[in-house]
Amino acid sequence: MIEHSVDVAVIGGGPAGLAAAVSARENGAKDALILDRNSWLGGILPQCIHDGFGVEETGISMTGPEYANMYTNAVKKQAIDVWNETMVLEFNKKLEITAVNKKGLHKIKTKSIILAMGCREKTRWNVLIPGDRPSGIFTAGVAQAFINLYNILPGKNVVILGSGDVGLIMARRLKLEGANVLGVVEILPYASGLPRNVVQCLDDYDIPMFLNHTITCIKGRGRLESVTIAQVGKNMNILPETKQEIKCDTLLLSLGLIPENELSKGAGIELDNITGGPVVDQDYMTSISGVFACGNCLQVYDTVDALAVGAKHAGKYAVTWKSKNDGLKVKSGKDVRYVVPQKITKKGTTRFTLRVEKPMQNVTFYVKSGGDEIFKKKLRWVNPANMVEINVDISDKMINSKKDLEVSIDG
Amino acid sequence: MKNFHVAIIGGGIIGSTIAWELSRYKLNTIVFEKGSDVASGTSKANSGVVHSGINSRPTSLKAKFCVEGNQLFQQLSDQLGFSVKFTGKYVIARNNEEIKELKKLKQVGEQNGVPNLEIKTEINEPNVPCEAALWVPTAGIVSPYQMTIAFAENAAINNVEFLLETEVVGIKKQNETFLIKTNKGEFKSNIIVNAAGLNCRSIVSMLEKPDFNIYPCRGEYLILDKNYNNLVSSMIYPIPPREVDVLGVHITPTIEGNILLGPSAEFIEDPEDKKTTKEMMNQLLIEAKKIIPSIPDKGVISAYSGTRCKLASPEEGRWADYRIEESKQTPGLINLLGIESPGLTAAPAIAKYVTELVSKHFDLKEKTGFKVKKQGKRFNELSKEEQSKLIKKDSRWGRIVCRCEHITEKEVIDALSNPLGAKTLSSVKYRCRAGMGRCQGGFCTQHIVRIMEEKFNVDVKDINLKSPESYLFVGRTREVKND
Repeated sequence: MIEHSVDVAVIGGGPAGLAAAVSARENGAKDALILDRNSWLGGILPQCIHDGFGVEETGISMTGPEYANMYTNAVKKQAIDVWNETMVLEFNKKLEITAVNKKGLHKIKTKSIILAMGCREKTRWNVLIPGDRPSGIFTAGVAQAFINLYNILPGKNVVILGSGDVGLIMARRLKLEGANVLGVVEILPYASGLPRNVVQCLDDYDIPMFLNHTITCIKGRGRLESVTIAQVGKNMNILPETKQEIKCDTLLLSLGLIPENELSKGAGIELDNITGGPVVDQDYMTSISGVFACGNCLQVYDTVDALAVGAKHAGKYAVTWKSKNDGLKVKSGKDVRYVVPQKITKKGTTRFTLRVEKPMQNVTFYVKSGGDEIFKKKLRWVNPANMVEINVDISDKMINSKKDLEVSIDG
Repeated sequence: MKNFHVAIIGGGIIGSTIAWELSRYKLNTIVFEKGSDVASGTSKANSGVVHSGINSRPTSLKAKFCVEGNQLFQQLSDQLGFSVKFTGKYVIARNNEEIKELKKLKQVGEQNGVPNLEIKTEINEPNVPCEAALWVPTAGIVSPYQMTIAFAENAAINNVEFLLETEVVGIKKQNETFLIKTNKGEFKSNIIVNAAGLNCRSIVSMLEKPDFNIYPCRGEYLILDKNYNNLVSSMIYPIPPREVDVLGVHITPTIEGNILLGPSAEFIEDPEDKKTTKEMMNQLLIEAKKIIPSIPDKGVISAYSGTRCKLASPEEGRWADYRIEESKQTPGLINLLGIESPGLTAAPAIAKYVTELVSKHFDLKEKTGFKVKKQGKRFNELSKEEQSKLIKKDSRWGRIVCRCEHITEKEVIDALSNPLGAKTLSSVKYRCRAGMGRCQGGFCTQHIVRIMEEKFNVDVKDINLKSPESYLFVGRTREVKND
C-alpha cells in the first residue's frame, strides 16, 4: 500500500465535503485532502440544473453546477488536494483511511477525518412494492443523472411515486423534455418535498398529485406497462374499491433518502436510528474522537444552504479537536422527530437542527434541561419537509447538572 | 444449413451442464436459449442450495442424482471457479411432534446414502430457538446463476454454439434428422435434448402428444441486506409441510453474504408470471420470524420469484419423480421433464447420465485441447497485496464502479466480454454482481451504461435490462424532441 499523511481528510466531494474542507483550511488546517468516488467534484450538484441554491448563503440564486463551481474555486484557492475516482474502503479508530484508485491501494494517516458521504435513494424494495420486475423503474436521482448529465431520456409516459424534492423537480424536468407526466403519487396527506417545489414543479405545469395514494402493483414483463394506484385509509390500509390502473412506461421513485454510513458502521461509529447518521456532539464529532460528520450522511438536509452551515462547522472543529468527555443527551420530545446534535459536551451557543413529526401551525418549541425551560421559540407553521433551526445558549451549569436536554413542541 | 449432432433446448443449469459435458467430445452441439442470457428462468431464481438428498424418496431419480451431484460440487467448483460453501443445514423441530419428523427425515437420508446425519438438542445458531434439529453437514450453498454461467461459458469456449434470444417455434423429424425452426432461422440436428424447464411440455408437443402435464408452482423470496449476514451461518429449514412437495420457507445464507427468506409455494396458471405479491411478502416475513424471531422488517433489499416445474398436480398426488428418458415414440428426443428441486444439485450428475444416453447414438471421442476458463475471484475477495498487484497490471482494477459491492470497471468490462455474447444489464449483474447491492443499481447503472456505450459501441436505445422488450431508455433527449 502507498502511504500518505494529511491533517484533515474529507470523505466525499459533494457540497458538504467541499464546504467542510474549505472551512478546515480557513480555520488553520495545515493541509486537507478530499477523496471522492466520482470523476468530478460537487457530488449531485452538477445534475441539479434548476436554481435556488445558495440563496440564504450568498443572496444569489444559483444552479447546482454554479453553486458547485463556487466551492471548487474555493478548494483550488485553499490548495486542497483532491483525489477523484477514489473509493474509500475503510477507516479506523487510529484515523487511518484505506482507499483505492487507479494508482493503487493507499493508506492515509490523518489527524482528523470528516465524513461527507452523502446519501442514497430508497428503492422499490425499501417499501416492498409488489408486482413484476420490468425495466423502466428508476429512482428520481438516477433519472435526473441520465437526463441532465448524459442527455438520455428514460421514458415518455411517467408516473412518480413519492413527493420528495427530487421527484417534484423531475416531474417538471420530464415535462420540459416532452414526456407526459401522469401524476405524483404520495401516500401521506401532504407532500414530503418543500412547498415551493410543489408550486413551481407541479401546480405550474398542471401535474396532478394523488395524495393518500400508493402503488399496489407494477405490471410489465419486459418494459413497464402500467402501475395500479389506490387510496389508503387512516391506517395506511389499501382501499380496494379505489384501485385504478395507469398505463405508463416509466416509474420514478422519490421515496426518501438514506444517509450512506456503511463506512461509519465498519469503523464502529454510533448511529442514530432516526436520522440514519452518526450521533454527534455540538462540534459534529462522532463517537470516535477525531471523526466528524456533516452533510446528508449526518442527516438529510432540506437545502444546500443549511447543509453548508453544518459542514463548515464540522470543518472548523475538525482542526482543533480534543478527546471527548461524556456530556448531556439531547432528546426528541413531543412532535419532534429528531434533533442534531444528539450530545452536548460544552457550553456556548449551540445550533440545533431538527425535524417535526407532522405539519402544524402556531407552535412553540421548548428546550428543557431536566424539566426546567431554558429556551422557547414560537413559529407560525412547521412542516416535516422543512428543517427547523434554533440557537440555544448552553451554560456551564447545565453541563454540570448532567441533566439531559429535551426539545419538544407544545402547539 | 449446418447439421448439429446435438441440439439442446434451454440454457438453464440442466442445458448448460449437459452442454459442458458434451463439449469434451468431438460433437457439434448447439444450445437454443429463449432468454437474453443463460439461467434466465428457474435456474436463476431459487435458493441456491446444494442439497444433501435427505428430502427425496429413496430409489427415486431425485434422490440418486441429488446424492451423486452433491459429491461432484467441490471438484467442479475447484475446476471452474464458481463458489460453493458447505455451510451445512439444520432442519429444526419446535415440539415433540416435529422431533418425530426429524427422525423420519434422518432415516430417509440414511437410506439415500447421505453421510454424517445427526440429531442435536443444541445447535450452533444462537438466533434460532428450537427443541432439536437434524444436522446435515453435506448441504451447501452456491450461486445458481454464477454456476450456470460457468458451465455455459466453458462449453462455449469448447465450441458449443449458444444462441441467445432464440426461441424454438417448431420441430419436425425427417428420417434421422430433426428440423428445428426458431425465430433466428432453421437448424438441423440428430439429437434433441429437451431441457426447456417449464416449457418442456410445449417442446414435446411439437413432436408427439405429451403423456404428462406440468403444474407451475411459484416461489417468492426476500433478500436481506448484507448487514444482517450474522443472523445465521448455516441454512435453517422447518419440517417440510405435508400439503405440497416443497421444503417450506427457510433461511438461507447466500454465497454473496446476503440472507434469503423463502420460498413460498403457489400453483399458478401462467409459468411466465414471475410477479411478487404483497400477501406473500408479508407471509414470508411471518414464516421467517417463526424460525428467527429477530429478523428485521426493514432489512429487505430485493424480492423476486421463481417457478418450479412440477409434474404432480396440487390435487392428485403431491409427489412426482424426474423423467429423464429418450422418447420411445420419437427416437433421438431426450426429454428432461419435471426438473425441480433438487435440480441444481442434481444437474452435474444428470448431465453425465444424459451424455450416456447420447453415447447410444454416437461413438463419443474425446477432443484434444479441451479448455478451462476458471472464474476468477472478485476484487473484493482478494487480499490487499493481490489487489495492489492487479491494479499495477491493469489500472481498471482500481476504479470501483459499484459502490455497494465494490465491483471494479475491469470486472464490468470482463462481464460484458463474455463468450456467450450476453450484453444486458442483468448479464453484467449476474456475472460480476454490479447492481446487486443495497442501492440496487442506483449508482453503478450510469457507469455500466457509459462503459457499454464507450467500450462496446452499444447505442443507448439498444441497452436492455434483460429481454429485448425491456429497453432501458427511449433515446437521447434531443433526438426525442425532434421526432
